[in-house]
Amino acid sequence: MPRFVEWDEARAREIIAAHASLEGPVLPILHALLEEFGYIPEEAVAVVASDLNLSRAEIHGTISFYHDFRRKPAGKHVLKLCRAEACQSMNGPRLARDLLVKLGIDWGETTVDGVLTVEGVYCLGLCACAPSALYDDEPVGRLDGERLDALVRKARGS
Amino acid sequence: MTRVFISRDSASLSLGAARIATVIAEEASARSLTLEIVSTGSRGLFWLEPLVEVETPEGRIAYGPLTTSDVGSLFDSAFLTGAEHPLRLGRLEEQPCLARQQRLTFARCGIVDPLSVADYRAHGGYAGLERALALEPQAIVDEVKRSGLRGRGGAGFPTGIKWDTVLHAEADRKYIVCNADEGDSGTFGDRMLMEGDPFSLIEGMTIAGLAVGATKGYVYIRSEYPYAYRIMTQAIELATRAGYLGPSVLGSGRAFTLETRLGAGAYICGEETSLLESLEGKRGMIRAKPPLPAVKGLFGKPTVVNNVLSLATVPWILAHGGQAYADFGMGRSRGTLPIQLAGNVKRGGLIELAFGTTLREIVEDFGGGTATGRPVKAVQVGGPLGAYFPASLLDLPLDYEALAAEKGMLGHGGIVVFDDTVDLAQQARFAFEFCAAESCGKCTPCRVGAVRGVEVMDRIIAGIEPEKNFEVLDDLCTLMTDASLCAMGGLTPVPVLSALTHFPEDFDKAPRFPAAAE
Repeated sequence: MPRFVEWDEARAREIIAAHASLEGPVLPILHALLEEFGYIPEEAVAVVASDLNLSRAEIHGTISFYHDFRRKPAGKHVLKLCRAEACQSMNGPRLARDLLVKLGIDWGETTVDGVLTVEGVYCLGLCACAPSALYDDEPVGRLDGERLDALVRKARGS
Repeated sequence: MTRVFISRDSASLSLGAARIATVIAEEASARSLTLEIVSTGSRGLFWLEPLVEVETPEGRIAYGPLTTSDVGSLFDSAFLTGAEHPLRLGRLEEQPCLARQQRLTFARCGIVDPLSVADYRAHGGYAGLERALALEPQAIVDEVKRSGLRGRGGAGFPTGIKWDTVLHAEADRKYIVCNADEGDSGTFGDRMLMEGDPFSLIEGMTIAGLAVGATKGYVYIRSEYPYAYRIMTQAIELATRAGYLGPSVLGSGRAFTLETRLGAGAYICGEETSLLESLEGKRGMIRAKPPLPAVKGLFGKPTVVNNVLSLATVPWILAHGGQAYADFGMGRSRGTLPIQLAGNVKRGGLIELAFGTTLREIVEDFGGGTATGRPVKAVQVGGPLGAYFPASLLDLPLDYEALAAEKGMLGHGGIVVFDDTVDLAQQARFAFEFCAAESCGKCTPCRVGAVRGVEVMDRIIAGIEPEKNFEVLDDLCTLMTDASLCAMGGLTPVPVLSALTHFPEDFDKAPRFPAAAE
């Protein structure tokens, strides 16, 4: 799990400068900011816009279009549960519902202890091992209640 | 030193392959045995995974599916010599599920080390590029045309014709863009290929560059595939270092460079014009066509946009000739189709076969029926925008035209199996829900129609004025089909109407309420 740093405008400018020579640099820059800070802070919009000589509306528009560019920090760990058809066929929706009830959160929310954010995702390409999930960057297949509980314990234990 | 092969494909990892590799290495060192663990892609036989293969004089002998507690007994049985063990599978090539396949695009996947150029070459890699370097651009395009290859992303447009348009477009700069935004549920072929045989995609894109006169290519990979992104990025570095990419490809004086780009969680970016917008750094809003990307694509330049599997098949076509590829298949669907069998199925995985195989052969013979052991009620073919077919239509052949005739589509070749517990009215509702979540918002039929669709389905499911709401549903589906700008809104009615046509009983389960109950 990457350790994120606090928002730092000078650091953000370095990241932007490092990618500015790419063709179509906006997405690579936003991904790099996400990797550094764990989310895209509101302050980043103006910085990216001015450094790339684009409007704030364009940058805000791009950030808000994509599911990945979270605008608030997530929990310490992120569990992405697949909600698409292949996982539906293997009891995915029920497992997800039970987990969310147990954690007392809804999709996209973080547990009160700040340890785990659960997000829905449409397909992880693990459809022959459904239901599936991505825990941080680790793929998990053939999920059942027990494996999900183990992931929650792992999140809480680390 | 004995070589042991373990897949590092994401799906294999999701089943614990990395842990098995670690335990095998530890056990070997505890027993003072030397072995080399080679990370490969997956063979695509996921019900046998985690799987380990051992190199022996008789070929690679496989053992699986394994748990970490099996490792000790594997060593006790001398599995490093290919000896007997209850989990010994023998040579996978002799397993019927693999022996019956026709692996052209996936010939190397699961066999080679995905990050070894030498291994790629040793298994026939780069023969296609070498031939292409000796050909005129038009001759390369003609070879691809002759193969009959059609876009594997879903639309099925002839690849050679697309290339021809880009070749003859006048411009100072052209691009090759690989669409690796494989968002359809039930599909994972692009991911498997990028993780298991990335050089075939690199080679295919390089050939495309030579064919149309493009010097720069992008692989746009969805962020849900972090591992595929890493492997592709590393493979591009390795190919560049070995001289297969760069200012002078294999010393030919012709330039071609590649870059990976990461998507950001938007299904619509699998639509080619939306993908181009995203590559340019904008919201992934689709563009009205024409102009086609082949004429005015990335940064306004002529651009080939092809799916991973289309491009990764090109090296085979160049190496063996277009006619050899066209000899596989049926009707206007030539060559092989990498089918991805998933969902509620006993033996899910990657099945590459010539076009024309029936759904029944795939679901029953290869798949072995449902994982739950219950009867098959429906199969969805071609992703979230594909049709739900009932068990009575399983004799349909997998062919672009045959599925279109049944108001479905082949899409990217994904098949998701459902048992008899599925409620098709809920699946129809989901189709709208998904469209509402993932619509780019540019056109009204899709943006608003999807939301209205969810509302109408909720009323139908609750039994509120069903006759009136069926009428609205029908009208909505016609409107979305006819007036949406792209396939997202235009094809969302396909799963909905197929569910309604083939499973009407699921739409009529609730007690009926008068309008006032709403």
